[in-house]
Amino acid sequence: MNKQKIMGVINLIHETDELDKLTHGRCTATVPFGSRYRLIDFTLSNMVNSGIGEVGIFVHQRYRSLMDHIGSGKSWDLQHRKSGLFVLPPITDDVQELSRGDLFHFYQNRDYFLRSAPEYVLITRSHMVCNIDYRRVLEQHIAKQADISVVCSHSTEPVLGKARKVRMDENGLITEIQDSYGRMVSDHYNMEMYLMKKELLMDLVETSLAKGQDHLVRHAIFSRLNELNVYGYVHDGFLAIVNTINSYYGNSMKLLEPEVWRSLFTEPAPIYTKVKDGPPARYTNNADVSRSIIANGCLIEGKVHNSILFRGVHVHPGAVVEDSIIMQNGIILPNSTVKCSIFDKDVVLEENREVKGVSSGPYLAGKRKVI
Amino acid sequence: MFMVRKEMIAMLLAGGEGKRLGVLTKDLAKPAVYFGGKYRIIDFTLSNCVHSGLDTVGVLTQYQPLELNRYLGIGSPWGLDRRDGGMTILPPYMQKAGGVWYKGTANAIYQNIPYIERYEPEYVLVISGDHIYKMDYELMLQHHKERNAAVTIAGIEVDWKEASRFGLMHIDEHNHITGFEEKPKIPTSNLASMGVYIFDWKILKSYLIADENNPMSTNDFGKDVIPAMMNDNLLLNCYIYDGYWKDVGTIDSLWEANMDLLEDQPSLDLGDPQWRIYSVNPNQPAQFIAANASITSSLVSEGCLIEGDINRSVLFYGVSLGEHSTVTESVIMPRVKIGKHVQIHRAIIGDGAIIEDHAVIGSPDSKEITVIPVGEHVKARENLMGVE
Repeated sequence: MNKQKIMGVINLIHETDELDKLTHGRCTATVPFGSRYRLIDFTLSNMVNSGIGEVGIFVHQRYRSLMDHIGSGKSWDLQHRKSGLFVLPPITDDVQELSRGDLFHFYQNRDYFLRSAPEYVLITRSHMVCNIDYRRVLEQHIAKQADISVVCSHSTEPVLGKARKVRMDENGLITEIQDSYGRMVSDHYNMEMYLMKKELLMDLVETSLAKGQDHLVRHAIFSRLNELNVYGYVHDGFLAIVNTINSYYGNSMKLLEPEVWRSLFTEPAPIYTKVKDGPPARYTNNADVSRSIIANGCLIEGKVHNSILFRGVHVHPGAVVEDSIIMQNGIILPNSTVKCSIFDKDVVLEENREVKGVSSGPYLAGKRKVI
Repeated sequence: MFMVRKEMIAMLLAGGEGKRLGVLTKDLAKPAVYFGGKYRIIDFTLSNCVHSGLDTVGVLTQYQPLELNRYLGIGSPWGLDRRDGGMTILPPYMQKAGGVWYKGTANAIYQNIPYIERYEPEYVLVISGDHIYKMDYELMLQHHKERNAAVTIAGIEVDWKEASRFGLMHIDEHNHITGFEEKPKIPTSNLASMGVYIFDWKILKSYLIADENNPMSTNDFGKDVIPAMMNDNLLLNCYIYDGYWKDVGTIDSLWEANMDLLEDQPSLDLGDPQWRIYSVNPNQPAQFIAANASITSSLVSEGCLIEGDINRSVLFYGVSLGEHSTVTESVIMPRVKIGKHVQIHRAIIGDGAIIEDHAVIGSPDSKEITVIPVGEHVKARENLMGVE
């Protein structure tokens, strides 16, 4: 049967954001990623694919683009008679509201939690890009009799982007969590996905706030590692942590491995996004494309190598795009060259120009820039 | 009861069997056949309706309706899930006196008079789900109203060589139709009926009833109703359309219409942001083009993984093409898996087919288009050269 066990909360309050121009006009959650998606598509799709039918989004700042993107939630099949998608904006009666910790928002929205039927709550953020089945997390959570389960990834190489580090014992019991700048050495990184009973969350919210603490992870979870059974669930699939420009660029380039492309976008289940109804990509007689990801609606008349093109990009004859990411409706006019660059939406590169960055510091063009 | 009156509603004939499309329509109604890398044929007429401001569309289904009904759903992808009107699927139904199939195009409308009457329209647009074109029916309605005609039929000039495949019209200098022949052996005109009619509903209703009571009638618009109106000297108006229009009723014309999209300046623009062709979204990631791949003069859709060479071809979503494989002048329908060292020339590969390593399908010099049925498994030994 299909009765809901888990409700989802996507917490966008105070997300780490070092994405420079990419988040000048939007929140981290709606940063375009992977040729046709926005960051939030991954966590939303993972929830839906795991049978979660009720998702609340704690929006905070610059969320106009988010409202536009998610609409009624229909693209993720979250437009139901019962439950579905809830956008929960901050209550702005108080000017100081925006600087307060996220526990205030949980508290202010406690009616939303109390009214919902599911027994468990899964709290995630938008910048941890992966494809995961949360039902497996719940299975382990129940088997270990955990109070809180934290999804972690394992990597022996240093990760791109900023993430908290986690230390756990051989049973998976978490003994320490440190912020990304902490000195602890560990192969486990916190994916900022927390599963617990709704009852426990409500209790943590009220007791922490009563003590003057307002931060969910630091105050309600870190400081209670001794009192509660907090277990790590190790996700072994691909993970992209997208909260700095270098991690944005580096993780995008990793998608150019067919295995990563296949597993991130389709396994165990597909990632959904807003429907655009563009035609298939069209390649003309002079097109020269290799090792690239191309979205629908693109028109390729020039050369594209080692790059990611979002929907509706037009590469004119004689133009060259290499090692770059060109977002929606970008136009590269004839005989121009782009290398190691990130172009936000609607950027136009005029004729006979050359734009070059380096892979450790890609050139970044803001939305609607004409170069 | 409050009822919203509609000036014009559309009746979309989607029951075509599409016999001449052979194996492609074995389990599929013709309007549900794939076209253009991501669409089905019916997407074009449905999108035309929506862009022309029509929000009430009755879709008449009959032959192999399962896949078509599943595809259409409640019309959401075309914006046709509306409170008043929207899309309604109208299959033949049982009556007290026993059920009957739709005997012909006119009979199909006749059986659905109660549906049309619900909206009390002044005009009824009758269209077919078998054609590829972009047309603003509102402009045609204006023409119809200006001429105060009983019926307006859209016409297009076709190649004389092909003319005998169509219903042909003769017109005078006022665009009044003076003669009408259904698929004559020797054509005397090259002005073909596009199968797009706007009728004054009161007049049409009386003719449908009369036609139903005529035991000699074949209950067809082109053969019976239009000639009857002409005999009665009603004003039959022709609206001349000069855009792209293609009847994709045969394997050759389906293949050709797909190839038409590959010109550097195609005559049918699928990318017009003001006239998007809506379709059901397949939810696939963006296409992946591997290091050794080459793609020229082609349309490739989402979810494809391309490691081989493609020239002058249309690839639908979710197709994979292995290394050292070549595809030229072909149409590859959704989710086809093509192995390594495969040669495909001048072919249409049905959706879900599996083409094993080293298989050869069709030939660059073949006159005939090779067709691989839906879901077929082609092994290397089977050398299919121009066999349909």
